Amino acid sequence: MRSIINQDTRVVVQGITGSEGKFHASLMLQYGTKVVAGVTPGKGGQEVEGVPVYDTVAEAVTNDGANTSIIFVPAAFAGKALLEAIEADIKTIVAITDGIPQKDPIECLARAKQKDDVIIVGPNCPGVIDPRINVKVGIMPGRIFAPGSIGIVSRSGTLTYEIAWYITQAGMGQTTCVGIGGDAIVGLDFIKLLEMFRNDAETEAVVLIGEIGGNAEELAAQYIKETNYPKPVAAYIAGRLAPPGKRMGHAGAIVMGNAGTAESKIKAYTEAGVLVAEKPGDTVNLLKELLGR
Amino acid sequence: MKLFEYEAKRLLKEYGISIPRGDTASNPTKVEAIAEAIGGPVVLKAQILVSGRGKAGGIRFADDAGEARKTASALLGLTIKGCVVTSLLVEEKLDIAEQFYASITVDRQAKQYIVLASTKGGVDIEEVARTSPDSIARHWVDTASGFGTSDALAMLSRFDMNKDVANKLAIMLTTLYQVVMECDAELVELNPLVRTTSGEFIAADSRMIIDDNAIFRHAEFKDRSLQRVDDTANEAKARKQNLSYVDLDGDIGIVGNGAGLVMATIDLVQTMGGQPGNFLDLGGIGNIEVSKKGIMLVMTKPEIKVVMVNVLGGITRCDIVAEAVVQALNESSLKKPVVVRLMGTNEEEGARILEQAGIISYRDMEEAVAQVVKIQG
Repeated sequence: MRSIINQDTRVVVQGITGSEGKFHASLMLQYGTKVVAGVTPGKGGQEVEGVPVYDTVAEAVTNDGANTSIIFVPAAFAGKALLEAIEADIKTIVAITDGIPQKDPIECLARAKQKDDVIIVGPNCPGVIDPRINVKVGIMPGRIFAPGSIGIVSRSGTLTYEIAWYITQAGMGQTTCVGIGGDAIVGLDFIKLLEMFRNDAETEAVVLIGEIGGNAEELAAQYIKETNYPKPVAAYIAGRLAPPGKRMGHAGAIVMGNAGTAESKIKAYTEAGVLVAEKPGDTVNLLKELLGR
Repeated sequence: MKLFEYEAKRLLKEYGISIPRGDTASNPTKVEAIAEAIGGPVVLKAQILVSGRGKAGGIRFADDAGEARKTASALLGLTIKGCVVTSLLVEEKLDIAEQFYASITVDRQAKQYIVLASTKGGVDIEEVARTSPDSIARHWVDTASGFGTSDALAMLSRFDMNKDVANKLAIMLTTLYQVVMECDAELVELNPLVRTTSGEFIAADSRMIIDDNAIFRHAEFKDRSLQRVDDTANEAKARKQNLSYVDLDGDIGIVGNGAGLVMATIDLVQTMGGQPGNFLDLGGIGNIEVSKKGIMLVMTKPEIKVVMVNVLGGITRCDIVAEAVVQALNESSLKKPVVVRLMGTNEEEGARILEQAGIISYRDMEEAVAQVVKIQG
């Protein structure tokens, strides 16, 4: 997990002069994240929340050693911002922006492939938090999370907070929570994160929060089964009542014909030995069961 | 956003792809006139946005203009797979030598565009994938290098086809790639792509879906995106207000912040014995106005008997949501009981605002849903 965010994470906020960028820069700083710079083209030279603002990401890398970026840039320009971060050799890029045309992340991911070790989280995601070291690169409320032993991967924002809160209240806490995003095309996915959690010694169990649309959950189930995944996994799937062909808020949450249904995902998980919670609150009970507590 | 067949064809024509001669009509007289102008056998195709239209009787043939008129009278007004037929595409009947399949779509798993071509056109491609997988060629596009004629010819090389056919198909595929890139399409499909007895390639049928998130950068689709026949009246109204709303069949209104949380609320209502009547995601709630409008939209839907507002205010301020609920109740023409779940920033203040207005709020999602189901029941 430490390859995504760690104690050396130095964040540049792309879109820091916008209201959301500014607000969350401040909240990240309060939580303990090292926010070292901001970028808004044409507004270089200012200061926001005590950090310098530049015209380009490259300046933030050179002057302040930024190695991680969080993007709040509006959808129309977010693709370009993402590409700029890749070109500036940023290692972890978290794209919060919702509503980005899917062609843009497809092109950015193709470009990122040509570089070594670029991690893209999102778009349309709440970001990443590691409560063990008080680092968050995201918009999630810090107080919902507590240091602990559960890894969470989610396609949703507020639903993650809901389930993380149950886990915190039960005294289990989290190692790292990653919101991978609600769009059809996202960077980090369930499988890559399962791989990372496999190697994270402190993570005892993993929670996968999914929803209708696509086949990310089915692929995760296949991976868990085929690699004989060594840690217990619990899951929740939202959208059992979604009518086919309708986008349920998230661009990626759409049932096409018989593909992408909750039934198909629940079946795949069950066959792979993953326990699926019927209600968000049940997830924590499943974790207790899996960990024998 | 799904385009109608005739819209997709007009667009493809601008890119130089041949389409059958013809036009659209919404009454038998015009159908007859179009058929007359075409001269000879025609095909009448219901313009509805569902797949499997042919099998369901939405595509019919006529030998002459008179028969076309009669067939049109029978077809117009029919309900096919839940869609009322109000418009027909009348086209020349093609002399088919061979039928192919060609499409480009987004492969979510590979996170790339995928180009598909098949020598078995005119049938459902998923069926072809099951029964004769060898007759489908696939190519995943690296957008950094694009998709050119040599890529297309390489993917077609698995088929035993003559050079001229391969070349024409390759041009067709690269043109489709240009369409996808320039129009932000998430699907463009020609099925069948017909080779006529005179050797011409014609897109006999086509489907296109434009990425909803990309509408903002396509002036040509802006008005069209507000007129969607697959939207219900409420969905159309919500779309104009930029609200993320979907109608469901039940009587419990569902409003919340975050798509996943709203879907989970809907599922929980059903699990606990209620029937959700809609999906409404207010997103990151920044101002009272948008939330108020959303709540009023749900409250004024006649079928709704009680409204559940589920807000987990991580960043969202609960007092703003509470204020929106109170204002919606005051201003709405139809008033329904509201149950609110509030958790997060300023939740005590939010609960106090609601209490003053006589509305109960809960901190726990399951407790709130139990209350909603109880009121409705």
